[in-house]
Amino acid sequence: MSTIVLHGRKVVGGVSEGEALVTRETVSGWGGFDPRTGKVVETRHELCGISLKDKILVFPGAKGSSGWSQYFHLARLAGTAPKAILYNRTTTKVALGAVVMRVPAVTDFDRDPLDIIETGDWVKVDADRGVVEITKKSA
Amino acid sequence: MKLTDDEQKMLDGSEGPAVHRAMDLLVRYGEALGAERLVPVNNVCGTFVAAGPMIREFASKGNNAIFSEFNLDSSEQVEMLLVKAYTCHLVMGIDSKHPEMNQGLEETVRIQKEGEKFFGAKGVNMLATCTPYQVGNVPVMGEHCAWMESSAVIYCNAVLGARTNTEGRESTGAASITGRIPYFGLHIPENRIATHLIDVKVPVDDMMDWGILGYAIGEMVEEDIPAFRGLVAQPNMIKLKHFGAAAASSGGVEMYHIPGVTPETRSEEYAFGGRAPLMTLVYGEAERRIAYEKLNSTAKSHDVDFIMLGCPHNSIEQVGLAARLLEGKRLSANTSLWVFTPRALKEVADRSGYTALIEAAGGHVLTDTCPAISRIMPKDTKVVATDSAKQAHYLPAITGVQAWFGSVADCVAAAVSGRWHGGLR
Repeated sequence: MSTIVLHGRKVVGGVSEGEALVTRETVSGWGGFDPRTGKVVETRHELCGISLKDKILVFPGAKGSSGWSQYFHLARLAGTAPKAILYNRTTTKVALGAVVMRVPAVTDFDRDPLDIIETGDWVKVDADRGVVEITKKSA
Repeated sequence: MKLTDDEQKMLDGSEGPAVHRAMDLLVRYGEALGAERLVPVNNVCGTFVAAGPMIREFASKGNNAIFSEFNLDSSEQVEMLLVKAYTCHLVMGIDSKHPEMNQGLEETVRIQKEGEKFFGAKGVNMLATCTPYQVGNVPVMGEHCAWMESSAVIYCNAVLGARTNTEGRESTGAASITGRIPYFGLHIPENRIATHLIDVKVPVDDMMDWGILGYAIGEMVEEDIPAFRGLVAQPNMIKLKHFGAAAASSGGVEMYHIPGVTPETRSEEYAFGGRAPLMTLVYGEAERRIAYEKLNSTAKSHDVDFIMLGCPHNSIEQVGLAARLLEGKRLSANTSLWVFTPRALKEVADRSGYTALIEAAGGHVLTDTCPAISRIMPKDTKVVATDSAKQAHYLPAITGVQAWFGSVADCVAAAVSGRWHGGLR
């Protein structure tokens, strides 16, 4: 089975693997995500109603309220957080959120992960080395 | 990340376990950002009291446990210290003084009062508002700050010219007892110049116009920094407060430039630091209408139950306006009206007779929180009307209600008639 490898910068160290959930829309924390269920609740978001729990979340970055980190912090405590996060745009919201979620996180990739990873692909994240290995679901 | 000798000592534990944990978080956070160093800050706005939804489930563990977990991201419990930086508390979970809001929530009121006492004794100033700049915390141009609350962050940067990123509960907690925050993003002068030029082709004058403009621009530029051409009417604090809150809700705007208005913007050319804009976008009649329709996209029923004014918290001028619009009128038997303002301004509203006028009409003046933060609304609320683009954006997602967005006059008229007749004019 063929795999694709992306290289990026470690945000939070650690190793994880799981099924990718990909969105091209920025993600809200407070007011857009429910830590009790792990679901996106922002009414006009393409992931509205879909759970982030145990996914490898691939997204452009964070938006909205400064409660971003607190909501993903609560998700860690509630067991509804993603398994790892991969994103393009570093902001204080997403970086602090990644730190307090304590899941492997990688950014600043050599190629845009949104162009390469699709929802349902199997993704292995070695954040310490900044390496992301993708096995396409269709392969 | 490079630490000064003093910072290294704090990290090594010279000031005890709380400061050690705070520095540990700041270093992890700084490295996640790719920051090279920390910067001293002496103006922190954060949230400490655990009376909000979800977090109050952890309150029985005590305020030191809350502080350790949620303000320092420390699994080890440490004892909170007297703050080192000037620190203010943002919104709370409930208006602990108002019976209208407290029905059946005595436990939340108790948690909040105990939290206020605990953190107040540690030097956290209980401004209890999303608008610290309306009640005395007005940073000066160039001042490094560590603020939460996206609507306050954009105001702090763009309108006041002070410097803060959108911090979170954990990073402001760490900043409060260390006086440090990562030197990143908007702390760095070259990151404050504009990226996108917005050519405004329609008049933008009243508060509703500014709210719609902010909501449209947030979606257009997301995290980027817009500069505006064609905004000819002079805005005031109220309009820029609403504009910024909207832009920080639909997008993540933390900084903008209006030549001749914002302090870092002598001219359009200056806003872009002499460079060309990455992109020029037009805000015209079509963009205005689309943003308005998105803001009203959840609203179906014209029968309104609940009118919410004061997101971000109303200034005293806005409370006065609501009072005058309600003078001699009576709310519909089917509606409730809540007007939110900082508690310090509620005192002014009481003394000025505004609270009495609003209450005589059947409305209420509340403080400390808002429906989106507290998730508290009048019983059985299904359809809300508000003059706030931010509240219209968040309330349906958070509580499942329908929301109408319009002018303050449209909202007051709906409170009186029970029907929504607002629209884009």
